Amino acid sequence: MSAPDPATPRLAIDELIACPRCDALHRAELPHAGERAICRRCGTVLIAPRAGSYGRILMLATTIMILMFGAVFFPFLQLRVAGLRSDASVFDTARAFAGGNMAPLAVAVALLIVLIPVLRVLLISYVLAPLAAGRRPARHAAAAFRLSEDLRPWSMAEIFVIGTAVALVKLADLAQVVLGPAFWMFAALVVVTVLQDGFMCRWSIWRALEAER
Amino acid sequence: MPLVDLAGAGGGTLSAEALTSAREAGLVGCTRCTRVWPRGTRVCGRCGGALHSRRPQSLQRVWGWWFAGLICYIPANLYPMLRTRTLLTVQEDTIVGGAIELATHGALAVALIVLIASVAIPVAKFMAIAYLALNLGHRARLTAHRRQQLYELVEFIGRWSMIDVFVVAILSSLVQLNAIATINPGPAAFTFALSVIFTMLSAQSFDSRMIWDRAA
Repeated sequence: MSAPDPATPRLAIDELIACPRCDALHRAELPHAGERAICRRCGTVLIAPRAGSYGRILMLATTIMILMFGAVFFPFLQLRVAGLRSDASVFDTARAFAGGNMAPLAVAVALLIVLIPVLRVLLISYVLAPLAAGRRPARHAAAAFRLSEDLRPWSMAEIFVIGTAVALVKLADLAQVVLGPAFWMFAALVVVTVLQDGFMCRWSIWRALEAER
Repeated sequence: MPLVDLAGAGGGTLSAEALTSAREAGLVGCTRCTRVWPRGTRVCGRCGGALHSRRPQSLQRVWGWWFAGLICYIPANLYPMLRTRTLLTVQEDTIVGGAIELATHGALAVALIVLIASVAIPVAKFMAIAYLALNLGHRARLTAHRRQQLYELVEFIGRWSMIDVFVVAILSSLVQLNAIATINPGPAAFTFALSVIFTMLSAQSFDSRMIWDRAA
């Protein structure tokens, strides 16, 4: 990212980019694939294009959907102690709060660990599928991408997986806990989600949405 | 096409501190898609997000959510997080009590994780947000760069406090062995979750561009 050149201070406004974190102005220059443009003042990554990223993100999105489907419907954890068994699915963990006056928390947990991650994948696919196919953006693609970005901090599948690990350790000396396929699918899902996020260059997507409108 | 004079307020030097900000150039930057517009534009023509040179009432919102989070954090520590019922006993564990229990059973590492995630991080988060909100401009002892890093750390780590709520959910759904042992969530799980959500909203309300504004 280059600083504005003082010799030619007058630039068209759409050649500029303002760092969302510190407001520093830069002249936008597309870096080579695999390189990143960072803010000269605060170091925030501004542009990080990857060749063929739309296709990869869509493939990973499909993977996430399949894994999430399995994670929700396959057995998650089973507790065995003294001949007794107790099973829990991923949704059962949210339902743990359903009784009494904590019902809103049950809804919140279901949202944070399953529904918001699924919604984000759907929104991202809706935005990127036409772009990957070289078509015009879908209707309301900008609104869809905005919502997906707003929901990003509220998608907590990875925190849930670490929470499972902590719960397992807590139970380890009291009972035997069997990890079901859903647990491993959830763990894989977290890795795939992190990969998907790494491929996503927000600036490139916004610019594509603007150019094609 | 509007042209912009960049040599204006920032001066001619190109050191990192002297970079012109969009505000100083009479522009407004979109925090969502980084597109730049003339000052006074209300909605970003690229992404459709609302444009604000600096988010209005940013600090009021930060403090509002901050106090809401703090108020919820107090009962979260006083009331039990977990109710464990076995054949003979009923045991109620607060956050700190549960960690001590773990430590006495020899699971020191897990006790440490719980203490860090549910005590150290929330307390540090409250202090960090308050510090950032009270030390804007160039009055602060930490450089703008350090404060920005602190803000990013708060934003990154805030979500991880939810781990305790998830642990309670998993334990309560799994340990349901009728007569032998059952675990149910205590009221603290609810207020703790609220506290985490409110502090996340507090951090999100903070407009980090204010860190970099030169003292007027």
